Amino acid sequence: MATTREWLLTESPASRLQARLGRSYRMLLALLRNPLAVLGAMIVLALVIIAIFAPFFATHSPYTVELTDRLQPPSKEFWLGTDELGRDIWSRLVFGARITLIIVVLVAAIAAPLGTIVGAVSGYLGGWADRILMGITDIFLSMPKLILALAFVAALGPGIENAVIAIAITSWPAYARIARAETLTIRNCEFIFAARLQGASAARIIVRHILPLCSSSVIIRVTLDMAGIILTAAGLGFLGLGAQPPLPEWGAMISRGRAFILDQWWVATMPGFAIVIVSLGFCFLGDGLRDVLDPKSGNSQ
Amino acid sequence: MTTAFTFLGLLAITFFIGRVVPIDPVLAVVGDRAPQAVYERVREEMGLDRPLFVQFFSYVGDVLSGNFGMSVTTQRPVLDDLMQVFPATLEMATLGIIIGVALGVPMGVIAASRQGSLTDQAIRVVGLLGYSMPAFWLGLVGLLVFYARLQWVAGPGRIDIFYDGLIPTATGLMLVDSLVAGDLDVFWNAVSHIVLPASILGFFSLAYIARMTRSFMLNQLGQEYVTTARVKGVSERAVIWRHAFRPIRVPLITVVGLSYAGLLEGSVMIETVFSWPGIGNYLTAALFNADMNAVLGATLVIGAVFIVINKVSDALYRVLDPRAQ
Amino acid sequence: MSEPLLEVENLRVRFPTANGPVEVVRGVSFALGRERLGIVGESGSGKSLTGRSILRLVRAPGKVTADRLRFEGKDLLAISEYEMRQIRGARISMVMQDPKFSLNPVMTMGEQIGETLAVHGRLPRRQIRRRVLDMLEAVQIREPERVYGLYPHEVSGGMGQRVMIAMMLIPEPAILIADEPTSALDVSVQGEVLRLINDLITRNGMGLIFISHDLNLVSQFCDRILVMYRGEIVEECAAGALEKARHPYKRGLLASVPRIDETRAELPVLDRGAWAGA
Repeated sequence: MATTREWLLTESPASRLQARLGRSYRMLLALLRNPLAVLGAMIVLALVIIAIFAPFFATHSPYTVELTDRLQPPSKEFWLGTDELGRDIWSRLVFGARITLIIVVLVAAIAAPLGTIVGAVSGYLGGWADRILMGITDIFLSMPKLILALAFVAALGPGIENAVIAIAITSWPAYARIARAETLTIRNCEFIFAARLQGASAARIIVRHILPLCSSSVIIRVTLDMAGIILTAAGLGFLGLGAQPPLPEWGAMISRGRAFILDQWWVATMPGFAIVIVSLGFCFLGDGLRDVLDPKSGNSQ
Repeated sequence: MTTAFTFLGLLAITFFIGRVVPIDPVLAVVGDRAPQAVYERVREEMGLDRPLFVQFFSYVGDVLSGNFGMSVTTQRPVLDDLMQVFPATLEMATLGIIIGVALGVPMGVIAASRQGSLTDQAIRVVGLLGYSMPAFWLGLVGLLVFYARLQWVAGPGRIDIFYDGLIPTATGLMLVDSLVAGDLDVFWNAVSHIVLPASILGFFSLAYIARMTRSFMLNQLGQEYVTTARVKGVSERAVIWRHAFRPIRVPLITVVGLSYAGLLEGSVMIETVFSWPGIGNYLTAALFNADMNAVLGATLVIGAVFIVINKVSDALYRVLDPRAQ
Repeated sequence: MSEPLLEVENLRVRFPTANGPVEVVRGVSFALGRERLGIVGESGSGKSLTGRSILRLVRAPGKVTADRLRFEGKDLLAISEYEMRQIRGARISMVMQDPKFSLNPVMTMGEQIGETLAVHGRLPRRQIRRRVLDMLEAVQIREPERVYGLYPHEVSGGMGQRVMIAMMLIPEPAILIADEPTSALDVSVQGEVLRLINDLITRNGMGLIFISHDLNLVSQFCDRILVMYRGEIVEECAAGALEKARHPYKRGLLASVPRIDETRAELPVLDRGAWAGA
């Protein structure tokens, strides 16, 4: 064990693999020293596991209507109570984790690569391409995201797919900015010149050399943005523009519980706690990741 | 110049959204039983047969001359509707930002001056909570706790029905109008209505402001001139407020501007929960009724205010920083 | 030498790291009278930290200990933070390296100089202004009225450093620590600034600790020299006796200084291996 640790922490790695593993190991150690980041990672991990094995965690069917059990308070039978159609809220939250996870993953999978490519191309090519691409980016950046997403969904029609598209459309510009800033610092490095001298095309340089180097800062940003994506999706669901019933989407569940908020408080509040916990998990993790990869402490000499 | 460009972009986006709508605007007018000839004539009258860019230019012209179209729901020009509801949003967002700045800035400064302490961690968690709580949910919980259970504040709406219409509308801001009219009963009633939604909005801006203040301050506290001040024997309190804080007042203005603009946006959700008769409520109501003119008009106005606030705080930055001249 | 102003014995500065604490200043001892004491060393030798620990300005997580750190009959490590503030600026002050970074960018020169006075005395506002203008004149600034209202970015480096000196000397302290006061300046103004420090020091009968990496400069300017290497004082001698230096580190340093009448084709590089254990 001690020798593996030494091998990982060596000052003079013998191979590229060793260097890479060593770097990851050191980052992991730094991350583990931050209790909030560990908590965040555990929450995110729990979300993924619960979403994948939802039938295993659920105690009831999330869809079966049982009117005799409607609006039951939390009890041994119904851990978090039941909703107005007698469905078990805990089970619905468990299956709702799938929807949340799908939305988050899809938005990240669309917006992050799109933004990164726009930013990298813009930064690498410079000149007119840069001005036009960044002009468009700035226009999107200077507009209210939630309102735009609302307007897009209003136009496209409600539903998960359209919610994902609307959120992705409004969130790519941030990644474009970051990727462009990274590209500008990399662009004039020796190894890029070397690659160019070997006859590599612009496309090849961007894909093989620039995009991999932008990825870590974009990943941090995506992690930090996850909370925002979850909140926007929940907001759309709350307004009835996201996932449609009977899907157990957390925002939509809050919206349905709104009518009973005064007497059956659990119907609306429980899904909210789920949202807060998951968003907070992503925030903690993203914050920790940023501290590790961008150590700007104020008390150095 | 860039501002004009951004506005044009905003118009292009709303125009584009307007075209994407699966509802055929001609059918909406003539009904789906109209003969082909009538359909064609109406289509021509509405200018929908012209090339897209021509349509866009006439759209820009319409918007610039204040013609946002008619609202299907209210049967009034959208612009009139917006003018009527905007003060309510402005009032709530302004109170929200005042709360956010008054609490967020000191919190950020304290967190930075005790970096790594328990206080710092606590403030960090409060800040991150602001990033993780759905505004509409916090609104509901707030109503449940402070209105229904504790009865500390009044419920949804801007004012009790009993007081409604008692005072003349001067500015549209209920707090200001009631003071102008000298009616303290109305004023306190309005306060008890606005305090909860504004505090919740304030909490969200607080999260962002405290976080940014903290990181600005940490940067400042590492600067050499802060050491200079300590060398001079300046007390720690004065080091923090006079030396470290002063240079960040200007960038903080930008942050406050940004979060103020963010509050206008956040008010959409809060207004829906609190039945607050502002632009957010108007927007969501229009969404439910598929009232596209109203949706686009509200989007346009919120977007424009957003852009203007951004640009103004940018400009202020340049005017106020002695180094930028 | 009369009774020393400042006595330092076995001063140590420690920083915790992932691999245990690292000692950056390792048992430094010296005494300072009304004289010009030079501390020379390469970067990282602990000379700046020595200066800062006298003012108790080493920030956490750094930790300062000493058997003795005495100034005007007070143990600087034992007194309260409040008492320490009475000493900082008023009795011991420090001129820092680069006026670009060490002057507050959003305060005028006058405000910054006046602040030192305002902190340490209860002078009326007008009198403070008067004293600041006098002080600006004393540091040979020609238009004090104009410079009073300028911001740091509006003046040259040499002027900035003169303002810095004015700011640190205006309460007439007993000791001035000058931490590389000329390294960031153009060569043409370095001499002027040094002369200025020298004049003001001798006129007020103060003690000076001059911290620099420039051996030649220190040997011309100071009465006595301490050479630091890796946190320790490895050599102490009168400035005139520099050539008789015994320690190999200093001989190495001396050898690598270029001369006007240079005959060597290559400057020798310090060979650290030869005396690392010395």
